[in-house]
Amino acid sequence: MTGAPAPTPQPGARPTSLPARALWPAARIAGTVALTFLGLLLVTFLIGRVVPIDPVLAAVGDRAPAAVYERVKHELGLHLPLWQQFWVYLRKVLVGDFGRSVLTSNPVLVDIRRVFPATLELATVATLIGVTLGIPMGVIAAVRHGRLADQVVRVVSLLGYSVPVFWLGLMGLLLFYARLGWVAGPGRLDVAFDDLVPTWSGVILLDSALAGEWEVFWNALRHVILPASILGYFSLAYLARMTRSFMLAELRQEYVTTARIKGLAERRVVWRHAFGNVLVPLITVVALAYANLLEGSVLTETVFAWPGLGSYITSSLLSADMNAVLGGTIVVGTIFIGLNLLSDLIYGLVDPRAR
Amino acid sequence: MNAFTWLLAATILAAGPALAATPKDTVVMAKQIDFLITMDPGESFEAAGSEVIGNIYERLIAYDLKDVSKLKGELAESWSVGADGKTYTFKMKKGIKFHLGNPVTAQDAAYSLQRAVALNKSPGFILTQFGFTKENMKERIRATDDQTLVIETAEAVAPTFFYYCLTASVASIVDQKTVQSHEKDGDYGNEWLKANSAGSGPFKLVSWKANESYTLERWDGYWGAKALPRRVVVRHVPEPATQRLLLEKGDIDYARDLTKDQLDAVRGNASIRVQQAPKGSILYLGLNQKNPNLAKPEVREALKWLVDYAGIEENIVRGRYVVHQAFLPRGFLGALEDKPYRFDLEKGKALLAKAGLPNGFALTMDVRNTSPTTDIAQTIQASWAKAGVKVELIPGDGKQVVTKYRARNHDVYIGQWGPDYQDPHTNAETFAMNVDNTDNAKSKTLAWRNSWDIPEMTKQTQAALRERDAKKREAMYQAIQREHQRSSPFVILFQEIEVAAYTKDVEGLILGPSYDNNLYATIRK
Repeated sequence: MTGAPAPTPQPGARPTSLPARALWPAARIAGTVALTFLGLLLVTFLIGRVVPIDPVLAAVGDRAPAAVYERVKHELGLHLPLWQQFWVYLRKVLVGDFGRSVLTSNPVLVDIRRVFPATLELATVATLIGVTLGIPMGVIAAVRHGRLADQVVRVVSLLGYSVPVFWLGLMGLLLFYARLGWVAGPGRLDVAFDDLVPTWSGVILLDSALAGEWEVFWNALRHVILPASILGYFSLAYLARMTRSFMLAELRQEYVTTARIKGLAERRVVWRHAFGNVLVPLITVVALAYANLLEGSVLTETVFAWPGLGSYITSSLLSADMNAVLGGTIVVGTIFIGLNLLSDLIYGLVDPRAR
Repeated sequence: MNAFTWLLAATILAAGPALAATPKDTVVMAKQIDFLITMDPGESFEAAGSEVIGNIYERLIAYDLKDVSKLKGELAESWSVGADGKTYTFKMKKGIKFHLGNPVTAQDAAYSLQRAVALNKSPGFILTQFGFTKENMKERIRATDDQTLVIETAEAVAPTFFYYCLTASVASIVDQKTVQSHEKDGDYGNEWLKANSAGSGPFKLVSWKANESYTLERWDGYWGAKALPRRVVVRHVPEPATQRLLLEKGDIDYARDLTKDQLDAVRGNASIRVQQAPKGSILYLGLNQKNPNLAKPEVREALKWLVDYAGIEENIVRGRYVVHQAFLPRGFLGALEDKPYRFDLEKGKALLAKAGLPNGFALTMDVRNTSPTTDIAQTIQASWAKAGVKVELIPGDGKQVVTKYRARNHDVYIGQWGPDYQDPHTNAETFAMNVDNTDNAKSKTLAWRNSWDIPEMTKQTQAALRERDAKKREAMYQAIQREHQRSSPFVILFQEIEVAAYTKDVEGLILGPSYDNNLYATIRK
């Protein structure tokens, strides 16, 4: 969901000699990534162990006799000291073995492979909505600073921050699904369309388009549009606010005044000159907003019966299913790191100074 | 307008009003199935799994859903017990086949029961309590020919106790050949059977996606009345309000988890109907006897008088729970229907004064943060406060609360207990037996969890288990429940009712006394 702190891009000091310029970032990145992952794993592991839930109980249920309980405790390796448990886990992860989820009894990677595409689909559509509406709104608000359009955008963004997503989701369903019938209901597809398209990516919109099954595609779109709009609204609110403040700062710059004095069309001044310069920080903002959505939104997934990563990690955590939680955390961590790297790369493309 | 907005507009226009209909030969249900973790009858031990297994597998014997006291043969044609009270003989029906075409034989039955004993997963004790172990099972559970199964228990117990344990889903009969062909590292095919089926019931499993959905398909070779729907799709819809919207819209046929508010709302809708069935789960308060105040008999009794049973039923749980004050749920042999307690502030205060606590005392209550448990706990908090008993509610996740309860670190616990099989011993054992009250006891019954040391009642409960005369046995359980009702540290509040709301296009779902007799085969659409 939204609520990520406003990022302040800091290019940092970069070496200038040619070979160092090629090697240094790679080494730096590799080191940072490794350390980040280790820290991430350690913290998640410790959180999982201090949660006052007995993982054995979560696995065997409340009624299991003492003998079964003891056997499972050994099977899960929980009789070992904490540092040994972590070490055992780390060694397995290094060879790509993330273990099995206690709850679903599948290998964790298989589970994530199943739940992540659902989240990816939802988050991508939501981000598209957020970006295509939020950024223009922010720009307009900045240009018409203090006037009606600005007030409207501010109220819309404020609502986006303050309305609980759970409530908004149910109200959206009540209105657009139950009353008006414009969109399809909870879930990813109507039952009649289940399992019609072979799973390739797990993103139904993509799979059905590739298979040329347009009926399935439309059905999937009608299912995703409401939850994505609701999530998109939250990222819209955030993006509009950030764009507005970036643009306001930019429009006060002297080069903008110069351009205006030169008689350039206002459109060109705003979109070409000013907006061109806020693009770099905006990319980071969009990337972070997207990454936030990719973590999965537990509440939206619950209301819309959307089988995604958010509910997977949450239900695993509440069952002390640590393999699943750690696996999910690694995925989320990879996404954050990956998107950060990606936005660093895109900087280079749009901003010559960062090359 | 940009491309995406166009696309959005086009979608909405093209779609028009949603086509609200489920396929004619497919029954669609919305249900909370996040606890469904395995479909292996030797392993499954929660409500959602039992329901699936009950539709896929059959057992040797089953009970009449309308009158649980009557047993009938399912895969067994006849059964008898020898004079020693320990040797049971089952004759199998002929001509029944498993889904893959293999005939159902006594060897399959022996294998299935041995398998559950050897796996010894959570429900394994239902069979191992008769003395079967991995070592002796081949000798004590054996097929003497294709049609004859002989089982020897370690001790003579009430035969009905053994029979009702065989009606539990752990005693389902699996296709030995199919299961063995999927065996890996001596796992009795457990890994495979978690997400596949090898039964002889009216449905077979076609797909299961954890936390998402499962689909059953009619098996046309079924020996009994064939299932009416061709497919049954059960989707995981966690939020009851969402289930209600789906139902009202006609996108599902059944909503299985509506709460009181949603039930009240759909009652006014002419196109939706509601069916109910009492289930065995008991909602109760456990008063930890390690707390010196709660250990006083007058205090225990006072707290029972200070709960507004009728008010909670009416305002919080109507349609989902009914007031019930004995540890055996209605429908069980010997279940006591008396409800001696009602809200009586004066009586409660007088008892507290007699216990030397005229101004009440303070304690904590561990509450799982789910509806309706939280609301019930708050109401009890308010009514106890009238007599000066100050309760601090400690909310927590279900597993967290149970972890604390099992460690006996609570004052008051509010929670639910469902029977494991359809014999009174299942609840009697946990509510009225405590063989060893020390912290390291092997058997951690609910009585143990509340540190209630009851050597006398434990003996009576064990005696009832061995009583072979059903009438006498019934009287024994009633006597135990009366004493339990009077003196135990359990404030038994409600018995659960299962509810299914459905559209007018369908009917015929059977909600039986236990979750493994929630049957889909008779649903007409």
